[in-house]
Amino acid sequence: MMKIDCPFCGPRDEHEFKCGGQSHIQRPGPHTQVSDEDWAAYLHMRDNPRGWHFERWLHAGGCRQWMNLVRHTVTHDIAAVYAMNEPKPSITGEGQ
Amino acid sequence: MRYSALNLLRGALGGHRQWQPAWRNPEPKKHYDVVIVGGGGHGLATAYYLAKNHGVKNVAVLEKGWIGGGNTGRNTTVIRSNYFYPESAAFYDLSLKLYEGLSRELNYNIMFSQRGMIMLACNRHQVESFRRVMNAMQLNGVDAEWLEPEQIFQKEPMLNRGGRFPVLGGVNQPRGGTARHDAIAWGYARGADQAGVDIIQLCEVTGFLRDGGRVTGVRTSRGDIGAGKVCLSVAGHTSQLAAMVDLPLPVTSMALQAFVSEPVKPILNTCILSPSTGAYVSQTDKGEILIGGMLDLYPSYAQRGNFQTVEAVSAGFLEMYPAFSRLRFMRQWAGIVDIVKDSSPILGPCPVDNLYLNTGFGTGGFKAIPAGGYTMAHTLATGEPHELIKPFGLDRFTTGALIDEAGASGIAH
Repeated sequence: MMKIDCPFCGPRDEHEFKCGGQSHIQRPGPHTQVSDEDWAAYLHMRDNPRGWHFERWLHAGGCRQWMNLVRHTVTHDIAAVYAMNEPKPSITGEGQ
Repeated sequence: MRYSALNLLRGALGGHRQWQPAWRNPEPKKHYDVVIVGGGGHGLATAYYLAKNHGVKNVAVLEKGWIGGGNTGRNTTVIRSNYFYPESAAFYDLSLKLYEGLSRELNYNIMFSQRGMIMLACNRHQVESFRRVMNAMQLNGVDAEWLEPEQIFQKEPMLNRGGRFPVLGGVNQPRGGTARHDAIAWGYARGADQAGVDIIQLCEVTGFLRDGGRVTGVRTSRGDIGAGKVCLSVAGHTSQLAAMVDLPLPVTSMALQAFVSEPVKPILNTCILSPSTGAYVSQTDKGEILIGGMLDLYPSYAQRGNFQTVEAVSAGFLEMYPAFSRLRFMRQWAGIVDIVKDSSPILGPCPVDNLYLNTGFGTGGFKAIPAGGYTMAHTLATGEPHELIKPFGLDRFTTGALIDEAGASGIAH
């Protein structure tokens, strides 16, 4: 059970949130010059690490805002919550 | 030693001292023709069919824990082939057919019980769409029948007759059912071992040996092992191994839970799935009510599962069976499944030479074990993908020829 620290609403239970998958994916372009491989990578290929994962979450049962999380996929520890337009923070160490 | 009533009787008279371990515990050799990573059902079945159907016996199955300890031992043991598209139906029905003969073939009782698999329709739209599924199944040559509510209540008298999700009908696959999951792993392991396959447990793959682009072996916690071909059959952990050869995959790992109640007398006669309530149930041979439901919908490698899924699935289960509200849960667990966008597996070769993939089964890998092993053995032995798995190649994500089975898989994942 996770407690997610929403920047707008404060700490809330995970069931108020929805995970939107991997974050920081850039749409390739211009669209006339994108190869099938690059398009497949954009649409389908995912990092899926066993460790820290940069991902988007929606506070669906609250302020309905999107945010980025750095979350550990084994311990479910949350190392950082940051805005959608911020760059990836650097995370050191293993999750507890 | 063959398992038979006669040998059981002999054992009874002689104090059961004649039984031997069902498979050896060998030291890894320096080189194998085929190394299969992952000692679950798919890996062991692949090894078994390689040795039996193709005469490739210099094979090792490497397992970081114990065989059948991953998703093979964590699923809800449902076997069915009620898929929508012809490609899926052909593949999963081969699996079901192999399951039907497996106890005899392996000389190992897999306790396959073809009690029927019913998907309940609880509103007009579901009635229409499930009738469409039934038609597709029949066109694909898979057994399917429509049941009216009274026919369903006759089979399952405990089902809720009213409530928020009234039963308006259902599509049944009579050949569907359940089997004993451990027996699948152990039966294939015993068969493969007898044919000469080395099953090496407590052996974790930590890297790959490479010559140029090709894979020539694996690094393991028990030393380097050379291999002509390497097959990954590690379900939710495929991305880790693929990352070691810089191979991106369209896979996301998530936790899928199941739970059992305390054992009760026989009360459920079929496997019942209700997409409306998001739960499916059957009763084990020990009497436990076995309940499965939706995924924990975020990436996870924690084999435990979160509480709100337990709560949501339990609520759905009680909507189907209000009479079970006083049952106590006995165990809850989770396995890490390999979710792919189109809910279809990824089978066959990949851009890295000598490396083969068996992944992407997501929430439905158990039912596919015999067909996965059968077709991957063919693929590894001949170097060419088996006819049935050609549509399930990794290249479909580039070509766009996805096989979107999300609708036919029942629970909306």
